[in-house]
Amino acid sequence: MQARLNAIVDALLPVIATLAALAIGALVLLFLKVNPLEAYGALWEGAFGNRNALAETLVKATPLLLVGLGICIAFRAGVINIGGEGQMVVGALLATMIGLAFEDWPGWIVIFLAMSGGFIGGAIWGGIPGVLKAYFNVNEILSTIMMNAIAVQGMNFLLRGPMIDPAQMKLASKIPQTARLSDAYLLPRLVPTRLHLGAGIAVILAILVYILLWRTTLGYRIRAVGRNPLASRYAGIKVKRYVVLALLLSGAFAGLAGATQVFGVNYRMITDGSATGFTGSAGFNGIVAALFGQLHPVGTIPASILFGALLVGANKMQRVVQVPSALIVALNGLVVVFVVSSSIWRQRLQRQRLLMAEPESEITPSGEIETISQKEEGDS
Amino acid sequence: MITELFSATVLVGILASGIRLATPYLYASIGESFGQRSGVLNLGVEGQMLMGAFASFYIAFSTGNLWLGLLAAIIAGAIMGLGMAFVTVNLQAEQGISGIGFYLFGLGLSDLLFQKLLGTVETVSGFSKIYIPGLSDLPVVGQIFFSQNALVYGAFALVPIAWFVLNKTTLGLKIRAVGENPEAADSLGVSVARVRYFTIILGGILSGVAGASLSIALLNVFQQNMTSGLGFIAVALVYFGGWRPWGILGGALLFSLVNSLQLWVQVLGIPIPSDIAVMMPYIITILALVITVSRVRAPSALTKPFGRGE
Repeated sequence: MQARLNAIVDALLPVIATLAALAIGALVLLFLKVNPLEAYGALWEGAFGNRNALAETLVKATPLLLVGLGICIAFRAGVINIGGEGQMVVGALLATMIGLAFEDWPGWIVIFLAMSGGFIGGAIWGGIPGVLKAYFNVNEILSTIMMNAIAVQGMNFLLRGPMIDPAQMKLASKIPQTARLSDAYLLPRLVPTRLHLGAGIAVILAILVYILLWRTTLGYRIRAVGRNPLASRYAGIKVKRYVVLALLLSGAFAGLAGATQVFGVNYRMITDGSATGFTGSAGFNGIVAALFGQLHPVGTIPASILFGALLVGANKMQRVVQVPSALIVALNGLVVVFVVSSSIWRQRLQRQRLLMAEPESEITPSGEIETISQKEEGDS
Repeated sequence: MITELFSATVLVGILASGIRLATPYLYASIGESFGQRSGVLNLGVEGQMLMGAFASFYIAFSTGNLWLGLLAAIIAGAIMGLGMAFVTVNLQAEQGISGIGFYLFGLGLSDLLFQKLLGTVETVSGFSKIYIPGLSDLPVVGQIFFSQNALVYGAFALVPIAWFVLNKTTLGLKIRAVGENPEAADSLGVSVARVRYFTIILGGILSGVAGASLSIALLNVFQQNMTSGLGFIAVALVYFGGWRPWGILGGALLFSLVNSLQLWVQVLGIPIPSDIAVMMPYIITILALVITVSRVRAPSALTKPFGRGE
């Protein structure tokens, strides 16, 4: 009963946060002399209005979910990964190289190799900040931000030079893009829309990440390190190793997100000079989705769909009522602020309930992790 | 062509533009360092800068008064800072994530306002150069140090002021105490909340000015996402500088000089791919973090919310 009440409160807080953000958005719309109902109506229509709209929403949700899964792992381990943008870019680059290197191979082999390449590329880009944090004490927030900037420049360099489409080399325009991937190597579409296999892969991975985090020793240790690094060390867990692993896995999922974008949506890489041009800020919005899903892999699925819908619907809103889709970026920011701010209420509620419950038995360093994780089982 | 890089005029050019480019970093990093010294990590600097850049540009563009523009940036930054202070001090929210939220908010809102109020990229004639009488005529150094605009001078003046405030005043002592040991500061009657409100809002104001230095003093335009990661670098420079104003100055200069060198390398047509050159400052910053972080200790209470534990 208690656990169920907790779960309901947990699930409601983000919804309230979103409604509050939309309410503030409505005020901004009124200020811009736009009818909020009309604007939000267009947003809903654009996100869920017909089969194509729904498919677009799911296509947009896919990278958010994949990045978000990585964020769940990292944040559960107590490390903050803000490098999703760069990790997506590096994963996409490696996958694209693989996709372009093989000619006339069976499609599914190349797709498998390319997705693995994306996974590995992201893992490397996330693993470096992991090593820097664990062994050189460099703050991961800063190093992942730097790695983002380095990845973007690497992408620009490769797409303007070594990886440029040979056809573009002959033209004066020299658009910085790679050649198009062979049709056989594209991620298959699920229904006659733009919805591709990547979405299915992401959902399956969400369940696997849940199993990893809550049903394996490895996951238990990752969470223990995040809950209390000191106690984990006393309990014999090699904390540094798990910090590296968490960032590495986190990057790997973002890298996979980048790879699915190329093989499922764009079919080639092209750069406008910025990371956002390729990622559409999925590296940041994935953080939003994961937080919204209470850092739970399965909870991140509906959260990703919600934010995918907001982003897709924003385009329709822009067309119908001429409100720039940037409004939705700002509202996403507010949702993040509200969700993290609301955690104090949850803590207060929990503390009250703990005070009413039986006092806990003696706590030993290793026992402390036990009790914490048991409590958490109830939450999730 | 490489030898051209070492001719006197080019070197002066590199140094002069390096000094200029350091301006936004200095404002934003010094502001951020106040917050961090009091125990609050604000990752929303980029969003505050964008709001400051837009507010100052819009007001300067529509009134023709640059100082009013600067005031608008201060107000915009202060409001963003106030929000951050409320969320991190009163609601004790996770600081890193709240900062990302404020970043996205500033990114989106500045873009929205830009598209709705301006529509297209416009230009203003920004703060003009002030030639310091006598000094600006000096050979070499005159052009490098004494022929810059008001906001550039302001940024460099900020460094000794920040050092003085942090190390030689009661206010500075309170800020450091709150950042190192909020419980002890609290028991001695220092209001942790009030000190943190002060430093976070000050940080917001200085980030707003950093944005203004881009939009009405250095580049004189406003575009969507015109800071493109500059605010995040500013946060990194605080760590780089070991939370000390002079260290931050060193970091900002190193970063902007490498950047300026990179620009000149492109101007002179030296065959280093520009993308690789742009990468250098970031790689150098990471390496510098590896070297400096092990030597300098962060404020003990950094990122830790303070509650009296009623």
